Amino acid sequence: MADRVLEIDGVSKQYRLGAIGGGTLHGDLTSWFARMRGKEDPNVKIGKEHIAHNEKFWALKDVRFNVDRGDALALLGRNGAGKSTMLKLISRITAPTEGEIRIRGRVASLLEIGTGFHPELTGRENIFLNGAILGMNRAETSRKLREIIEFSEIEQFVDTPVKRYSSGMYVKLAFAVAAHLDPDVMICDEVLAVGDLAFQQKCLTKMADIARDGRAVIYVSHNMRTVSQLCNRGLYLDAGHLTYDGSVEHAMELYGGSSARSVSRNLDEVPRTKDRGDTMRMLSIHFENTQSLEYEMDTAMEFSLTCISHIPEPRLRVRLILQNSIATPIAMTQTEPFEVAAEETFTRRIRFPLDGVAPGEYVIKMSLISGTPRGTTAYYDTIVDVSRFIITDDPALNAGFVWSERLWGNIRLKPLEMQ
Amino acid sequence: MDRRDRNNSWDMVIRPRKGWFDIDFKGLVRYRDLILLMVKRNFTILYKQTILGPAWVIIQPLLTTLVFTVVFGNLAGLPTDGVPKFLFYMAGNIMWHFFSQCLTVTSETFVKNSKLFGKVYFPRLVMPISTVLTEMINFAVQFVLFIIFIAIYAARPDSGVSPNWQLIALTPLMLIQLGILGLGFGIIISALTTKYRDLAMLVSFGVHLWMYATPVTYSTSMIADKYPQLLGAYMLNPITPIIELFRAAYLGVPRYSYGYSLLSVIVTAVVLIVGVILFSRVEKTFMDTV
Repeated sequence: MADRVLEIDGVSKQYRLGAIGGGTLHGDLTSWFARMRGKEDPNVKIGKEHIAHNEKFWALKDVRFNVDRGDALALLGRNGAGKSTMLKLISRITAPTEGEIRIRGRVASLLEIGTGFHPELTGRENIFLNGAILGMNRAETSRKLREIIEFSEIEQFVDTPVKRYSSGMYVKLAFAVAAHLDPDVMICDEVLAVGDLAFQQKCLTKMADIARDGRAVIYVSHNMRTVSQLCNRGLYLDAGHLTYDGSVEHAMELYGGSSARSVSRNLDEVPRTKDRGDTMRMLSIHFENTQSLEYEMDTAMEFSLTCISHIPEPRLRVRLILQNSIATPIAMTQTEPFEVAAEETFTRRIRFPLDGVAPGEYVIKMSLISGTPRGTTAYYDTIVDVSRFIITDDPALNAGFVWSERLWGNIRLKPLEMQ
Repeated sequence: MDRRDRNNSWDMVIRPRKGWFDIDFKGLVRYRDLILLMVKRNFTILYKQTILGPAWVIIQPLLTTLVFTVVFGNLAGLPTDGVPKFLFYMAGNIMWHFFSQCLTVTSETFVKNSKLFGKVYFPRLVMPISTVLTEMINFAVQFVLFIIFIAIYAARPDSGVSPNWQLIALTPLMLIQLGILGLGFGIIISALTTKYRDLAMLVSFGVHLWMYATPVTYSTSMIADKYPQLLGAYMLNPITPIIELFRAAYLGVPRYSYGYSLLSVIVTAVVLIVGVILFSRVEKTFMDTV
């Protein structure tokens, strides 16, 4: 037990959807006054009625795991799985609803690069300020100052206000401060995406050193290359539940693999961002012409989408946004408008031609929208990760070249024509 | 590692928010360097981002005092208990300015720092405390200016200025009490504004009205003359005895609030305790609602 640094014991976190966004005293008073007179609450959104009024949502449910010295832990999961919430709980930014987190030693969390940096202050002043925010006292920071400056590679600019820094320099300095905290647990959330490749490598090495030193690292990233390089243990979170704790290889498979590529999916229970999905809701999706969601280039995907509508809508469209494996939007396409009646449950069979989509792994984001070409668009429901799918590479279709996503992107244009 | 480690004792246990008295004082002590660095940061920013820089600290009370002297002293012709008008208004003005600054800046603690608070933990009380310390330094500058003016006036015969040295010795206590009052009211408001944003609008407006319920632009003797029956209610304002005491100490004006000083201290203590409890309760979950 001596080398245990962190215990997560049955931790749950609940958010009340209605509570997000902050009310006004005026709003609460008018609601209260209307209820007193037995009238309808003027602040309840039309169509929401009683559904969302007290809707609760578990971002994490009964999660338990331990972290020992020497662990380099990868916390994996799709968007909205609860990774960030977990990190916020461990870093004490918000309190859990249930359960207990026990910590031994110091936790340094790097949830964002350069937290608390002030642009008007110089690099040196910011080192002290940032160090103090992260929990170092002045003497400790002074002792580490040389090392920090050296690591950050910004010696000649250390007395320049950081507002004149490039974003790369900013990241370097911020990471350098956090890495020299001597934390017992270091938490890193997707922060290395900004720096150049050489510095990224340096940071990974530094984190690996921290773990090898007998401390612990918890790392969250969608970049599997860095995960596999750094981590020796993987956790997989799915919709707030910890579903796997073990080797990093298997956790990565879960993340990129079959669980996210099921042929049928119940969309009703997928957590929505904000309060969408009340007047109209996607219920389920079924992919028709596939077993594995792997498609060859230039073929087409076919799926049936079942939705329920509580209101009549003459111009409903299904919009599909194609995102690459790190959730960057690539392209958009949508259906023609169609009409639905109130309280109608409808299923539409949709064909999605995959022409021009380059080999690689993709995520489908889908919305129910209505809107005219010139007017504003109303979003009824949005799910950011309906499904993953893969376009397999076939060099024969590409003059023998193997597609390189990193160099060439995600759109495969028609061949150039010589005239 | 020390022995505590092997005994399976933990340095920190994070639990669901419950109880009203779960306040992290130990953390506050551990982060004292951060408080000082924040004060330094506030100062550096003030210095670097404005054209006139720290000159504002002096210009603001001078101009306000001048306006008060002209409007209330000369145009309205309010009596100032026989001391020079300029000194009378300046004394009230720098004290009030210190209080209102503490209050308004700390009342924005959660809203202004939500980005920082959302990314890293440190005892949230660090922010309001460093604000009050920053304002104390600003006050010190204004205070020096005030002393210079006293010296200038006192050099003239019949100036009416008669400092009371025993009371002057109490100056640090007056400042601490005023700072605590500003902090206390400020953090109560900051805790409430996490739920009710429109309270923030009330603050600047409310502080402005509050000033007129405090003997800043007039003397308490006028209340005692015109509304003697209201004097008791008037003195419930915890700021009044402090400003009275300050004027009595440096200018020698008569005081009406001997008995009320104790009440003011009690109110201060209550406000501080309520403030700290509310603040500590909100700080653990406010990130979920902002």
